[in-house]
Amino acid sequence: MSSHIEKDPVSVTETTGHEWDGIRELDNPAPKWLMYLFYATIVWAIGYWVLYPAWPSLMGGGYTKGVLGYSQRADIAGRLTAHRADQAGLRGAIAQASLEEIRANPDLLSFALAGGRVAFGDNCAACHGAGGAGNPGFPALVDDEWLWGGGLAEIERTILHGIRNADPDSRYSEMPKFGADGILKRGEIADVAEFVLSLSSRATDPLAAAHGQPIYEAQCAACHGATGEGMREMGAPRLNDRIWLYGGSKEKIVESITNARFGVMPAWSGRLDDATIKQLTVYVHALGGGE
Amino acid sequence: MTIATIDAVPATRPVATYDEAVVRLFVVAAMFWGIVAFAAGVYIAFQLAFPALNLGLEYTSFGRLRPLHTSAAIFAFGGNALLGTSFYVVQRTCRAPLFGGWALSRFVFWGYQFFIVMAALGYVLGISQGREYAEPEWYVDLWLTLVWVAYLVVFLGTVLTRREPHIYVANWFYLAFIVTIAVLHIVNNLAMPVSLAGAKSYSAASGVQDALIQWWYGHNAVGFFLTAGFLGMMYYFVPKRADRPVYSYRLSIIHFWALIFLYIWAGPHHLHYTALPDWAQTLGMTFSIMLWVPSWGGMVNGIMTLSGAWDKLRTDPVLRFLVTSVAFYGMSTFEGPVMSIKAVNALSHYTDWTIGHVHSGALGWVAFISFGAVYDLVPKLWGRKELYSLRLVGWHYWIATLGIVLYITSMWVSGIMQGLMWRAYDHLGFLQYSFVETVAAMHPFYVIRGLGGVLFLLGALIMVYNLVRTVQGHERAEAPLARPRSPSGRTGALNPAE
Repeated sequence: MSSHIEKDPVSVTETTGHEWDGIRELDNPAPKWLMYLFYATIVWAIGYWVLYPAWPSLMGGGYTKGVLGYSQRADIAGRLTAHRADQAGLRGAIAQASLEEIRANPDLLSFALAGGRVAFGDNCAACHGAGGAGNPGFPALVDDEWLWGGGLAEIERTILHGIRNADPDSRYSEMPKFGADGILKRGEIADVAEFVLSLSSRATDPLAAAHGQPIYEAQCAACHGATGEGMREMGAPRLNDRIWLYGGSKEKIVESITNARFGVMPAWSGRLDDATIKQLTVYVHALGGGE
Repeated sequence: MTIATIDAVPATRPVATYDEAVVRLFVVAAMFWGIVAFAAGVYIAFQLAFPALNLGLEYTSFGRLRPLHTSAAIFAFGGNALLGTSFYVVQRTCRAPLFGGWALSRFVFWGYQFFIVMAALGYVLGISQGREYAEPEWYVDLWLTLVWVAYLVVFLGTVLTRREPHIYVANWFYLAFIVTIAVLHIVNNLAMPVSLAGAKSYSAASGVQDALIQWWYGHNAVGFFLTAGFLGMMYYFVPKRADRPVYSYRLSIIHFWALIFLYIWAGPHHLHYTALPDWAQTLGMTFSIMLWVPSWGGMVNGIMTLSGAWDKLRTDPVLRFLVTSVAFYGMSTFEGPVMSIKAVNALSHYTDWTIGHVHSGALGWVAFISFGAVYDLVPKLWGRKELYSLRLVGWHYWIATLGIVLYITSMWVSGIMQGLMWRAYDHLGFLQYSFVETVAAMHPFYVIRGLGGVLFLLGALIMVYNLVRTVQGHERAEAPLARPRSPSGRTGALNPAE
């Protein structure tokens, strides 16, 4: 097919004379503004190559370093050094100070609370919830109920060594599986659960609660206390309030008695440095219920 | 199977037979996989807002459904649209039937669908080589290589046996897409299977070299699959639908060669501030900036082709899809170079901004140009006078556009917020926010994004209904969208210039 150049009546521009399936092309030049923009980006790129590391050498394995002498590694190393230098004074003071001294010194306290908040968000919030609000099975840290104690030293020990883990100094206790290991019968467990409910005045079956009382006194009181007041040395929770780690319904209490619970927490001593753990301790202590 | 005869060609031209049946198959497959891709996208969008939707099952977890969504969108929906339209366009613009005949084109079609199904099965079952947009393992990669070579043979054979003196610009772009994707696919998937009986393989490269190969592939999958291929589509369907000549032949030459030369360098911008050497990051960034204008060349040529035909947008919602897609293309190809600048990337990288950027390209450009092309093709392929309802196309257009706007604006806000929260320090030098706080802050935007996806899916379902009714031969009795302007008369029958 021969080429046939014609004039487009709408734009009064010539076509190239090609045609494919009825499609023709106008013989317009590329728009000037677009081409100048293109040249500008090329000039900019060349300028950038002069200033920054850019072209590798095919022979020597090196590359053009750029007149600014920029290096990403040197840049980040410099920033980190500057950042550490900024914090060094207060971090050093925290490492030296006791927990009580940190609490008493406003500068150290505000630094510890700020650093503790960050460390908590990165390491603790996944289980204990953002802000320490807790989750089922993971205690709330914003109230004044503590399983293993809410003083500064007790909180620090819990963070350092954790709970029921391989650390030799970890906090440890184990509740028997009263149902699963056949220590108590189903009916007895239901009666004990009813008695436990009565400790927080929630029992609905006084007769069953009365049957449960002697069993509770024989099996549970040693750790949880005669009136359900709990025992921190054993990490045994209070049962006479309405704060429940695994749920306070009768069904959940029966489940806890039957299979027991075995909440664990990692030891952080090998993962976080001592200054960070001190900051975390002060932060958790200040969340609401520190003693 | 039927072979349509070319009845549109004047009798003086040689009579040939075009294979339109295979194009029909591709169109049906594109719409089917499109719905799958959009539905999967909506589902995983809501998984991010409401994690319970993971259902606690490995098969329905976000990690497995996410590659299912991306592959369904890019390779199944986009791929079938590309293969189908390329077969249509190359025959028409070369005035030659498909090279290799019935058997080869059917092998390409069914082989490609088999690839999609094998890839999808692997994702759901947890078989992945963990390379973004190249997740399928070695046995699927080998199969795709075979199918792709057959595709190249059909396409190139048709171009070589053409009965036109010149190769139309759409075919340059389609050919660049086919050839480059073959190279990228093979190099990025070089791997050693652990055994011939098992799915697992190990990559030939390792460390930062492996990462660079992956993003050389990943970025050029965007460049050559989602850009060059769809520019081929644009160069046929925009002038065809607008019934106007392409604005500038010279611009098409300049931006074609500039685009394919520059694109291939841009991949390292995916690895800013990583172990990748400084010089490679510099090259990735500067070539991305230089890529801005070559990308815009396609937009300018597409938009300017409408000079003298803008009034048609009032009456033809199919053309609206095509033009809007080119506008979204221009926006994404400006946003991309901006995000490749290291200072911007330090904020945007790893945030939802990237997701928003990808979707302004995927929904606004790739899907919209495909919708426009399919709306244009279906009546022609099935021998119908018009679509069932142009008004439904109008509804699809506005619903889908609203969906895209919700999607990309919510991701801009959430991405920039996320980036700023990550880098916020208090006066003592501690990070202001924990990671989980940034996740919680994004929740409302995740919900908005999901709603945007619902709208986009709804629009596509309207499209499927419209197309099914069209194929069935129905035409809805409805008033035209707008009265054609009488003085210009270009949409009327009495144009003295014609």
